[in-house]
Amino acid sequence: MPHIIFIEENGIEKKALAEVGETILEVARANDVNIEGACGGNMACATCHLVVRKKWYDILPKPSDDESDMLELASGLTLTSRLGCQIKVTEDLDGLILSLP
Amino acid sequence: MSNHLVVVGGGQAGFSVISKLRALGDTRSISLVTAEKYPPYQRPPLSKKYLIGEMRSDRLLLRPTKWYDDQSVSLYLKNKVSSIDIQNKSLLLASGQSISYSNLALTTGSEAIKLPASMGGNLEGVHTIRSIDDVDNIAVELKSATSVLVIGAGYIGLEVAAVMSTLGHDVTIIEREERILKRVAATTTSEYFERLHKRNGVKILASTSVVELLEKEGKVCGARFDDGSEIKTNLVICGIGIRPSQQLAVDAGLTVNDGIVVTESCLTSDPNVVAAGDCARFPYDGNLIRLESVQNSIDQAEVAAATLFGSKMAYRPYPWFWSDQFDVKLQIAGLNVGFNRTVTRLGNRPGSESTWYFKDEKLLAVDAINDGRSFLIAKKLLENKNNPEMSKLEDSSFDIKALL
Repeated sequence: MPHIIFIEENGIEKKALAEVGETILEVARANDVNIEGACGGNMACATCHLVVRKKWYDILPKPSDDESDMLELASGLTLTSRLGCQIKVTEDLDGLILSLP
Repeated sequence: MSNHLVVVGGGQAGFSVISKLRALGDTRSISLVTAEKYPPYQRPPLSKKYLIGEMRSDRLLLRPTKWYDDQSVSLYLKNKVSSIDIQNKSLLLASGQSISYSNLALTTGSEAIKLPASMGGNLEGVHTIRSIDDVDNIAVELKSATSVLVIGAGYIGLEVAAVMSTLGHDVTIIEREERILKRVAATTTSEYFERLHKRNGVKILASTSVVELLEKEGKVCGARFDDGSEIKTNLVICGIGIRPSQQLAVDAGLTVNDGIVVTESCLTSDPNVVAAGDCARFPYDGNLIRLESVQNSIDQAEVAAATLFGSKMAYRPYPWFWSDQFDVKLQIAGLNVGFNRTVTRLGNRPGSESTWYFKDEKLLAVDAINDGRSFLIAKKLLENKNNPEMSKLEDSSFDIKALL
């Protein structure tokens, strides 16, 4: 099972064991990461915005047009911002590091 | 028990009160009482991904059961509250157990309105959608369903119709108003969704009401409408609205008026009791309103938590909503109540459009269809009380991002 590392606003690191096929939002919820994700993964709200470490960002499948639209106006947007609900865990993502904006 | 918070109701609002309190560093003892067998879970997917079978029930949970242990929260699952005694600060469970509290949070949510028994509302095969159990029961009957009737073309009804149709069922929606979504949306949005459903083979009967459901051996087998016509159906889903779950508050003597009346700090008429979510009626723009949404459940519950924590916060929401039907996503920013003008703009992609609701010059709300960008721009405009000129919105070549 891949390890995912979340860094919260206050710098606290939370390591999580993820199941392949889960979304990053689901992993975050199961591991008490302080992320809202109000719409539950429907790309309706952009409240699961996360910043992906550059090295990992390049490995991820590209965001869809819908995701890019939702990110365009997200507060704290960076070049490696993604929506947690749109990243599916795969074996390749072992060690993935994400920070809350 | 000293400094004990009891949260009644295990929905999004109940969860958010607890998670916010713990995030604030509050360590008091907390108990959560819910009639359901699950700890708090997300309800929106019930009429969407969970109904279609794409999501397991454990994925609906807002936090795994273990989280409540970790946070020192006592879970009372499958426990109904019988009564609340606000003088003695205690509540009585249906099991006979009594629990005393120093503070109480009422996050009792709302319940789906059922068709009256006199019209066949109690027949086997007739359902509403509010809980995991509701959907699990529907799933069992779906296997033998031949023709599905959805009563009420609001968001829940339309979402259910879309799922049933996607699963290959023959679906009819009936709506007593002359168009779908009439209570909540302008004609342009209604017409968009009417076209979408018809294109996918859903039959829509507007200006039509059910007179009675027809029965065979205790099970629904058809429906008779007010125009005298009848259809066969062996699965009926009612999406005819919800009402706040407020009986406990009424019986306890709290001030209730279609919802438990609260201040902008979420205090009820008893200073030891807060309320939040679908069940609470709160001050907004000079009126008392109730909102039925995830946004409201989270944001209002967080204000209730702040109040319990002893900090001063006022709930001044920027409401937003969403609905998924077939491959279309509708996102709504604001409340369109009282609009007198609308502008509809086509979006950047095929099938995307947005309808902007105004009261005179004031922007009230926006329905964005497959157009997340317009939704977010509208949300920001509303938050900044920035009223765009309608002429600019009418110009399809104008990039609305320039309004920010």
